[in-house]
Amino acid sequence: MRTPLTVKLFAGLGPRGWLAVAAIAFTAWVLVPMAHLMLPEGHPLHVSTYAITLIGKILCYAVVAVAMDLIWGFGGILSLGHGLFFALGGYSFGMYLMRQIGREGSYQSDLPDFMVFLDWKELPWYWTGSDHFLWALFLAIAVPGVVAWIFGYFAFRSRIKGVYFSIITQAMTYAAMLFFFRNETGFGGNNGFTDFKRILGYSITAPETRLVLFGLSVALLLAVIILGKVLIASKFGKVLTAIRDSENRVMFIGYNPVHYKLFIWTLSAMLCGLAGALYVPQVGIINPSEMSVANSIEIAIWVAVGGRGTLIGPVLGAGIVNLSKTWFTTSFPEYWLFFLGLLFILVTLYLPQGVVGLWAKIKARRAEKAAIAASRADPAPRAPVSESKIPNGTAAKGA
Amino acid sequence: MKRLLLLISLLLCVGRASAALDPVVMQGLASDDFDGKQAAVAALAAAGDDADAQRLLKALSEDAVAVAGGRLVIVAGEQLLDPASGAPIKPAPASPESISLNNSLRQQVDGALAAVRLLSTDRGERLTAARALLADMGEGAALLPLFDKALAREQDGEIKPFLVQLAAQAALGSPDVARRLQAVRDLAGSGSPAVKALLLPLLDPANEPEEKLRLEAGTAIKAIDARLAWSDTAGQIFTGISLGSILLLAALGLAITYGVMGVINMAHGELLMVGAYSAYTMQALFRAKFPEFVDYYLLAAVPVAFFVAAAVGMLMERTVIRHLYGRPLETLLATWGLSLVLIQAARLLFGAQNVEVANPVWMSGGVQLAENLSLPWNRLIIVAFSGFVLLLVWLMMNKTRLGMFVRAVTQNRPMAGCVGVPTARIDTLAFGIGSGIAGLGGVALSQIANVGPDMGQGYIVDSFMVVVLGGVGQLAGAVWAALGLGVVTKFLEGWAGAVIAKILVLVFIIIFIQKRPQGLFALKGRFVD
Repeated sequence: MRTPLTVKLFAGLGPRGWLAVAAIAFTAWVLVPMAHLMLPEGHPLHVSTYAITLIGKILCYAVVAVAMDLIWGFGGILSLGHGLFFALGGYSFGMYLMRQIGREGSYQSDLPDFMVFLDWKELPWYWTGSDHFLWALFLAIAVPGVVAWIFGYFAFRSRIKGVYFSIITQAMTYAAMLFFFRNETGFGGNNGFTDFKRILGYSITAPETRLVLFGLSVALLLAVIILGKVLIASKFGKVLTAIRDSENRVMFIGYNPVHYKLFIWTLSAMLCGLAGALYVPQVGIINPSEMSVANSIEIAIWVAVGGRGTLIGPVLGAGIVNLSKTWFTTSFPEYWLFFLGLLFILVTLYLPQGVVGLWAKIKARRAEKAAIAASRADPAPRAPVSESKIPNGTAAKGA
Repeated sequence: MKRLLLLISLLLCVGRASAALDPVVMQGLASDDFDGKQAAVAALAAAGDDADAQRLLKALSEDAVAVAGGRLVIVAGEQLLDPASGAPIKPAPASPESISLNNSLRQQVDGALAAVRLLSTDRGERLTAARALLADMGEGAALLPLFDKALAREQDGEIKPFLVQLAAQAALGSPDVARRLQAVRDLAGSGSPAVKALLLPLLDPANEPEEKLRLEAGTAIKAIDARLAWSDTAGQIFTGISLGSILLLAALGLAITYGVMGVINMAHGELLMVGAYSAYTMQALFRAKFPEFVDYYLLAAVPVAFFVAAAVGMLMERTVIRHLYGRPLETLLATWGLSLVLIQAARLLFGAQNVEVANPVWMSGGVQLAENLSLPWNRLIIVAFSGFVLLLVWLMMNKTRLGMFVRAVTQNRPMAGCVGVPTARIDTLAFGIGSGIAGLGGVALSQIANVGPDMGQGYIVDSFMVVVLGGVGQLAGAVWAALGLGVVTKFLEGWAGAVIAKILVLVFIIIFIQKRPQGLFALKGRFVD
């Protein structure tokens, strides 16, 4: 008998989970806007524009991190190309934002400024329809999806995996970055897209617009987490984790891992694209450096810091790393790379399960101590103490 | 009366001057119109082997020719010399006014002076003069008699072809049809784009009335084109091999570490950087301590770079990589972290800017193989150097006990361990050797590329591609893959630009892996987890 989807959805999170979701949504959609708009500046509870933009940005990163976790933490495939999908989504939506500038650019032309600068007379064919919001949104999901599907199809079909796959995704991202750096590509070369004016007719810098974008980011993140929960709890999720742990055995049982990997890979890329589309209007710029090799690897470290194979871990990781990046780059810019480098080394060496794993370990140790204390107080037969419990039963096997 | 005196003095001059210099023509130099000057310079050039003409040409090029009292004089300090004889004029005429030359005249004078050197008795001087003239000669028609003379005199087999070409170039402007025809035929043997540019106008009936000559010029241009295409191709192959040898140096080390431990060292590019900075440090040290041997700092840099990079590599293996055994993806992340730390350390130690590493004198210059094909010494030496390193690695891998152990661990780690190979120590040593080779690559790179903290970042993908293409643990595979990738990249670059070339190479590798996931040269084995 099939379980109805609603039941699955509800069971995916459980009552406490749904309560948390409701609380977060309420905070994002009601409390934060009130604190931003109604409280005067200088009030201790006032949320500044800077904070909203920063948190909105980090929320987009968190979506990327969860998408990355779906493929790496659950699928065992380390992608070093997620920065590309993120940027592709950003560029797709950026095209729409560029068109929304209208004639307010420095050259007062219908064309974006950089095209006037290149002396182009009309929009290239791939800009067709970019003035429609929905088409841009569709592109932001479809372009990364198609790129990922084609790449993944060829890569998974020939059973490229492990470090091979990682490096090839990195090479793909690198090539794409070079491609976008060219002026002739038609995406603004070095400078990319910037100077946006409005979105759907509303001013992009207005506090209300920012709040809506912020709220959408929260909503997207929640949706992605719920989707992830449902996926992981489903049969698909079980097969996926099985592929991560031993692909050959799954194949011997009779599954074709290509389909599973291709699906989660493409889905992950599409989520990244969506996050990119939300990121660009909040940050106000997209350029090829988003596709740099370093950016894509950083996504992996967010997931690693938070904890692979859990859905809350990547969100924590994205928050921790990016907040410390903001702090370091303003306070000690020259030590940020040292910190980041050490983070990479120490987390992989000592925290293979990330912050979430650390928390689980501490909890397990406490439980153990409590059990020992209890057994001392009561010399009755000792209850067997479970070894370190890791959430969702995702063991450390296979990186 | 005055005119009469002038005439007499002119006549007297004629009496004294050698037959080569016609004073009436020379007087053209004193005239205001440039045609007169032109004729005079042409005459001087034609009489170039005459000592008097040479003196006047030299004076002209030094702006020392003046008109004083209506006659031409050479100003030499306080004295005024007679241009024809070189003897001081007494009494010196008052207020010499130096004559002006325009640019094209000046060029002709310089050309004539250079052409005169073609008649020198010193072979080296003749050769340099011929080369210089070929490199930039304008019209040159006026120098034709001089070239003919030089050609008649020249015995040296190396200089003669240059002279033939020079004479032919000059003869293109000759009024004699047979002479022009001969000139075009002579030029067909050349391989220089400049000659092609000289011949191109001859295809137009407006410039060349003779049809036979136009046809001949057409065939000559075709012959030159063929030769140009050949040397272009050769040049591309050479730059490709040069790029390939750099890739090989970068990839050899990676092939060893990846082969032995199955981990990708993302900090491998930074080991190249360490090697390059070692070269920089040695250069600074030599400049400060042994300035007389500064040209040989590179020889000292080679071992230093090897050992510094090897030490950094072994340290990395001992402290980080060893503890991640069996977790290749996490090793990738950890080594990326190491690379960030190394980059930032280099920034703090040497500054964020690129540093200057100079080519030693013995590496500058190049071998000129054809007009448009010159092989720079630094690239030639790097190709030779990577061949040498390859030989050493081959010897190490195939002729030493350590190499045998390394190969054993590459093929089957547990079995190697079972028969007593100290796998942990082999890991460290192999990592050290691989890193040391990367350091050597860095020294080579410092001679042709910028040396800066993030110079290594671009190389990890390329060198991994070489390893993927060549197959793991295979020296031959790495060599073919590196050279092949280098040459293919350079050809694609010539055809489609650097970025498109990079993308095409990547696409090619992805397609290649479809067909041969194990690389070009695969180790035979049956493994499944």
